Parts: sequence; structure tokens; C-alpha cells
Amino acid sequence: MDWISPRALNRLGMLNMNRRNVDYIARYNERSSYPLVDNKLKTKLAVAEYGVKTPQLLQVVKQQHEISRFRDMAEGLAGFAIKPAKGSGGKGITVITGRDGDDYVKASGARVGASVLERHLTNILAGLYSLAGTPDVAIVESLVESAPSLARYSHQGVPDIRIVVFQGYPVMAMLRLATTDSDGKANLHQGAVGVGLDIGTGRSLNAVQFNRPITLHPDTGLALENINIDDWEEMLEMASRCYEATGLGYMGVDLVVDSNEGPLLLELNARPGLAIQMANGRGLLPRLRAVESLKRPHFTPGERANYAMKTFASL
Amino acid sequence: MTSPSRLPFYIAVFLLITAGISLAVWRHIELGIPWLTGEQRPVWMVEARVDFDGSNEPVVASLNVPEQPPGFRILTEQAASPGYGFSIIDKAGSRRAEWTKREVVGPQTLYFKAQFIPDPNAEPAPPAQPPKTKRLFWEEPQATAVREILAQAEARSSTPESMTRELIQLMQPDTRVQNTTLLVSEANYLQLLVNMLNHSGIPARTADGLKLEDARRRQQLTPFLQIYNGERWLTLNPKTAAQGVPEDLILWRQGSESLLDVVGGDNSEISFSMLRQTVPALQLAAMQFDGDGLSFLSFYELPIEEQSMFRMLLLLPLGALVVAFMRIVIGIRTSGTFMPVLIAVAFVQTTLVPGLVAFLSVVAIGLAMRGYLSSLNLLLVSRISALIILVIFITAGLSIFGYQMGFNTGMTVTFFPMVIIAWTIERMSILWEEEGGQEVLVQGSGSLFVAICAYLLMSAPLAGHLTFNFPELHFAILGLILLMGQYTGYKLSELRRFTPMKVYD
Ligand SMILES: Nc1ncnc2c1ncn2[C@@H]1O[C@H](COP(=O)(O)OP(=O)(O)O)[C@@H](O)[C@H]1O
Ligand SMILES: [Mg+2]
Repeated sequence: MDWISPRALNRLGMLNMNRRNVDYIARYNERSSYPLVDNKLKTKLAVAEYGVKTPQLLQVVKQQHEISRFRDMAEGLAGFAIKPAKGSGGKGITVITGRDGDDYVKASGARVGASVLERHLTNILAGLYSLAGTPDVAIVESLVESAPSLARYSHQGVPDIRIVVFQGYPVMAMLRLATTDSDGKANLHQGAVGVGLDIGTGRSLNAVQFNRPITLHPDTGLALENINIDDWEEMLEMASRCYEATGLGYMGVDLVVDSNEGPLLLELNARPGLAIQMANGRGLLPRLRAVESLKRPHFTPGERANYAMKTFASL
Repeated sequence: MTSPSRLPFYIAVFLLITAGISLAVWRHIELGIPWLTGEQRPVWMVEARVDFDGSNEPVVASLNVPEQPPGFRILTEQAASPGYGFSIIDKAGSRRAEWTKREVVGPQTLYFKAQFIPDPNAEPAPPAQPPKTKRLFWEEPQATAVREILAQAEARSSTPESMTRELIQLMQPDTRVQNTTLLVSEANYLQLLVNMLNHSGIPARTADGLKLEDARRRQQLTPFLQIYNGERWLTLNPKTAAQGVPEDLILWRQGSESLLDVVGGDNSEISFSMLRQTVPALQLAAMQFDGDGLSFLSFYELPIEEQSMFRMLLLLPLGALVVAFMRIVIGIRTSGTFMPVLIAVAFVQTTLVPGLVAFLSVVAIGLAMRGYLSSLNLLLVSRISALIILVIFITAGLSIFGYQMGFNTGMTVTFFPMVIIAWTIERMSILWEEEGGQEVLVQGSGSLFVAICAYLLMSAPLAGHLTFNFPELHFAILGLILLMGQYTGYKLSELRRFTPMKVYD
């Protein structure tokens, strides 16, 4: 058994679960703002007013009888994603990337019939994937087609970029790449690869899978060292703008880069995970404390993103 | 990082914990509720036996019984004498057991039994007003002798106590002077002493004491002298003038009343036998303070059925404490926050191994059936409902099967909360579909581990004893749980999870 001493963790400024919950989430996140991020439909509508783009909403299925309309609408589509509005951790998300006759092709390459999708919608409505098992609605949105520069690193799924935003400042970022293990979803605990990104430049730092450091993508075999994210400053500013939209002091912002639309917001998370620190090889605490001790906070998202790029890379 | 607003919180938690513990300590001291389960306390069982011959007349036998002997508490009293009417009569300053019967012929035996608990703090209440002294009229030449002896004793003493000591000294055979010999004879020694003290203005009386020795029979009382020193009655040995009541001596009679009166009978006799017993300290405390003001926190006042329910309920906080500790400090993942506690409660009723076997078989069979349910494409609510019914079927099936195979353990399945099991199966099966068997194993064994830990704590006899008899300790548990809610340190599991960070240190 291998252990790290609490002292070493303190030196590194590693944020842990209990402190995150007590000192950051409980203190900086208003309970009343939670539904905004826990419900992807509400998130979409809220951030739209602040000029943050999201994948196009194709249909909202609220009731059992609306499922038949889904079938009509889906007939004409090549690719789309079905999500439970109140889902989390990639649960209940079905991504359809193409068609094969009457069948739909999933991101993993598996083919499913329309009836399977309808059953899936039924399950979502019943609340199978929602946080508290309460009835839910299903969102159908357009398929995000990842920019090729990033897409080639990811196996069967859209890579997304997680940015932790603290009081409007983007403090740490990582790129998440889907793998076979993660079934085409970019959720770390399901086996996606996390690649730490230098907050100052958008260049890759280290990579981890299942909490263990790796250097090559397990499926594509590509080296993960020299990834560079384009339009980095724009993405940070976009993440920063979500603070104004939700008022959440401590959150995770998930962005994707669409080949046509550019950066899009996929979802917000009021309880962002801690693995981002391992992908970066840095602890969050020094940066969080730097923000907490700011005497005069910056007022615009642009200023905050700029400040973050200049200051945090060295912390 | 601690902001000032947390100070009141810590003070409140501190108060909660100290209040819980000090209330428990106080009740331990005041009520004698023991800390440990098996604690035993000595109790003296004393039996007074009265014998007399009936002479065909109505009989009233009246025996002086202890009211509040110094150094002891009376636990129980009881009389055994078939055919007699019995009552205990409390009259100013004395308690008497009274037996009555109309026709009495031949030898009769009456018994009076009492249990005494040694208690160094037990003291008779001091008399409401100081007792009066009686001056006797003495004939000459005794009058002169008394005067002279008293004068001599008084000259050498300063207090009622020392006066009494001196007087006793002067009356001893080896120090006797002529005056004394004139007065004293063996038979009247104690009464003479009492009379002389009264004569000199010191209230005095006799008392009878019983020396406690295990398993003695046919014992007699020994006389003692008591004087009033202005505040309370003091007991002295009339021969040695030693003051105080020895630890192994119980004053059966105090005051001027006679020990035994039998009207309508002859040749009355009294003798005592005694036995040293031990009783559980807890039972003692419960009996002693029945209805006492201090026992307000006691559940013994409730009907037995409610008591046993509370016994269970009061264990739950311990389970919650274990879950909080395991999740917050250790970092074990469980499926469902308090599912482990409910499973642990069921284990308490079934005992561990049969419970474990029953639980695992129900969940395993349930998981297999759930696999079929999921292919039916049902709505969540009806799927859970169906699962609950299936769980009941499985339970019933296992019980009947177990019973016919000849072991009762099959029956224990019924203790598990059906709805909780149904949800557990549902969650596990979704977990299986989405995250794979490994996560099911991790969370399942995590839950079982926490449940077993909670069970081990909750089923410890000491835990049941403390939670039930010192319910105020739950304040301390509450305080601990609140404190844990503020724990911002690393979990044990995180020290492992973050190990790869070593390279960056
Ligand atoms: N519109 C979409 N197009 C393509 N893939 C998507 C789309 N929406 C979600 N995904 C995939 O599903 C994953 C999880 O989606 P997300 O919206 O983050 O939900 P969750 O809250 O469950 O994490 C994403 O990382 C992405 O790989
Ligand atoms: Mg996500």
C-alpha cells in the first residue's frame, strides 16, 4: 500500500473533499442557485442571456405522450444527444452519432432501434437518472462535433474542457478525453483521461486515468504532452461569464469545442470533483486563497480571465 | 481559515458534550447507576424472628423496625406470618411492625425481613426540636454519689461528648471509686448511665445494634448509648466510650421505645439471622429511586414494551455516529447514506452470521430478478413496487425453506426492512449496468463493512447499557457528529487516492 502523508498534501495545497464541501461549496454556493445547475435545461436558458452558447436544443420531452413526437423529429436527424435534465456523472446520456437504415448508431458504434431510445426516454421521465429519483424531463440537443485537432485524442466521444471557476475567476482547467472504458463519455470516474491544462497558455501538463498518471492515450496511443487549446483566453472568459449567470461562487464549467460553432457550454457543476488537481499536478488551495485575499475583485469576465492567466499559472 | 462566526458553534458543541457527560456523571453519583453492565453491590438481608406462645387470646405483637439506621439504606421490607394481619405503623420517631390475630394457641413464629444497602452517606434526619431531659429523683445515699460522680466528670470535660466519655470512664470496674460501686450493678449499668446523663442535662437514650456477619443465625442485639450533642444523636459504645457506629453494625432500634411488645402471648423472644447478598447495581438503582425526582431521565418508568422499543431507538445514534465517521474521516463509500445503519439494526435482531447470510441471499436473488424486470421496460415507480413485492416473496420463501430445512435462521430474514432492501437492489442493479460490477462490489462491501462496524458497536452490551441508562450521553454523540460535520481534514482514503501527487512534492 502506498500512502502520501497529510503534510505533503498540505504543502502541495491539495483541496480535499471535506474542505471543499465545508469551506467552499457550503460557503460560496447559494442553495437557491443549485436547481439552475442541477437542471441542464435551466442552465441552457440562464447562460444564454449572458452570451454563453450551448448546443442547440432540439426537443424537450416532458411527458410520456410526447415521446411519439420525438420519433418523428429524430427521423430526420443524423446525430443528437439525449440527456436527463437532472442527470449527473454521465448517467443516462445517449449520444447518437449517425444512422444505419432505421437504426441509430451510438458513439460506441453500437446500433440501436428507435424503441430502445423510446424506452430510454421513458426511464428518464420516471426519474431513473435524476439526483433524487424525482421525475425528470429529457433534453434532445444537437450533436457536438468536436474540432478535429482535439477529436483525434479522444476515443469515440467529445473531449470536453473542465474549468473550475471560483468567484468568477477561472482557477484551474483540464481536458477530458473519452476512452473505451468511459464509453464515449468524458467523465473521469468512468475512466476518461484527464489532461491538466496550463491556465496561462492552454497547453497540456500531465495526464491521469483512474487517478493514475499516464503519458499516452490508452486507446489512441497518442502522446498527451503537446496538446494546445486554441482560443484559450476566449474560453476562460466564457467560463468566467457563467459566474454572472448563476451566482455560484465555486463551480465547474464544462466546455466543448464544436468544429462549426466554436466553444460551447455543455454543463455546469456545483460540486466539481477534485481529480483536476492530479491532472495538473498542483493543488487548488493556493489559487483559491489568492482569490479570497484579493482586496479589489475585478468586475468583468475579461479582466478576471486575464488576471487568472497572468497570476495562477505560477501558483 | 476558520472564520470568527464558527466560535459560537464550537462553544455550543463543547457545551453539548460537557452537558451530556456531566449529567451522566452526576446521575452515576447521585443515583448509583453503574457505568458497567455487570456491576454488583452488596446487600444485607436481615431476618427478625419473633417467637411466643399463644394463650387463646387476641394477640398484638409489635416489633420496633429500623427507620433510617445510620450507614444503611432500606431497600425492601416484608413480613411472613400466615394468618396474621400485618401493617407497619409510623408513629412520631418510631416505626413498628404490628401483627394481629384473634385466636392464637400454641407456639407462634413471626418473621420480618428487610434488605439493607450499605451507604456511608445515609443518616437519620436530626430531630425537629431538641429532645428534653428528664431529671430523676434519687434517694440518698445514691443522690450524693451521683452528684459527686457527675461533678467529677464535669470538671474534666467541656462538651457533652467528652462529659459522656469521662462518665463512662469513671463507671468502669477498674476505675471505680466507692461512690460508683454504690450505684452500679451489671444489670442496670446502661440505664443508670442514661439516667445520670439526663440528670446532668445531656439528653441520652439507648439503642440496639445488630452486628452484621455473613450467614449468622440466632443473633441478639447489642445495646448502645446515644446522646444528643445539640445538633444530632451520637452513638457511643457504653463500655469503651468509642464514638460512632461501626461499619458492620446496623442500629435496629433507636429511641426510647421498646424493641418488642407482645400482648396476649407469653415467653416472647426475638432473634436475628442475616445473609450477605449481591444484586446488580443497576437493579438496585432502579429500585431505590423509583419515582425519585432525579430519575426523570429514566426509561424504566415506561411500560416494558415501550422500553424495549426505546432500547433499539437509542442505539441508532451510535450507528449514525459510525456512518458519519466512516464516511467523513475514513472515506468509505456506501450505497445510500444510512442504509448501513438500518441493516445494522436488523443484524442486532438477527445476530450477525444468520443476518448476513439472509441479507446476502435476498439481495442476490433480488438482483437476479431485477435483471428480468429491467428488460420489461417498466416505469420507475412500478418497478420499485414490483421489487418490493418480489422481496417479500423472497423473504417468505427463504423463511419457509429455512424452517423446513430445520434451522430457524430462515425466519430472521423478516427483520430486514423490505423497502430498504428493494431500494438497495434497485441502486445496485443500476450501478451494475452503468459502472460495472466492480463499483457494485466496492459500494456493496463498503456498505456491509460499515453496517458490520455499526452492528458490532450497537450490539456491545456496554453500548446498550450506556445509551439506555444514560440517555443524556446522546448529547455528547450529537456534539461529536456536529464536530465531524466541520472536519475539513483529509480522509484516510484520500491519502491513498492522492498518492500520485508524491512526484510533485
Ligand atoms: N450534445 C452532445 N454531443 C455530443 N456528446 C455529448 C453531448 N452532450 C453530452 N455529450 C457527452 O456526454 C458527456 C456527459 O455530458 P454532460 O452534459 O457533461 O452530462 P453529465 O452531467 O452527466 O456529466 C460529455 O462529456 C460528452 O462526452
Ligand atoms: Mg459532465
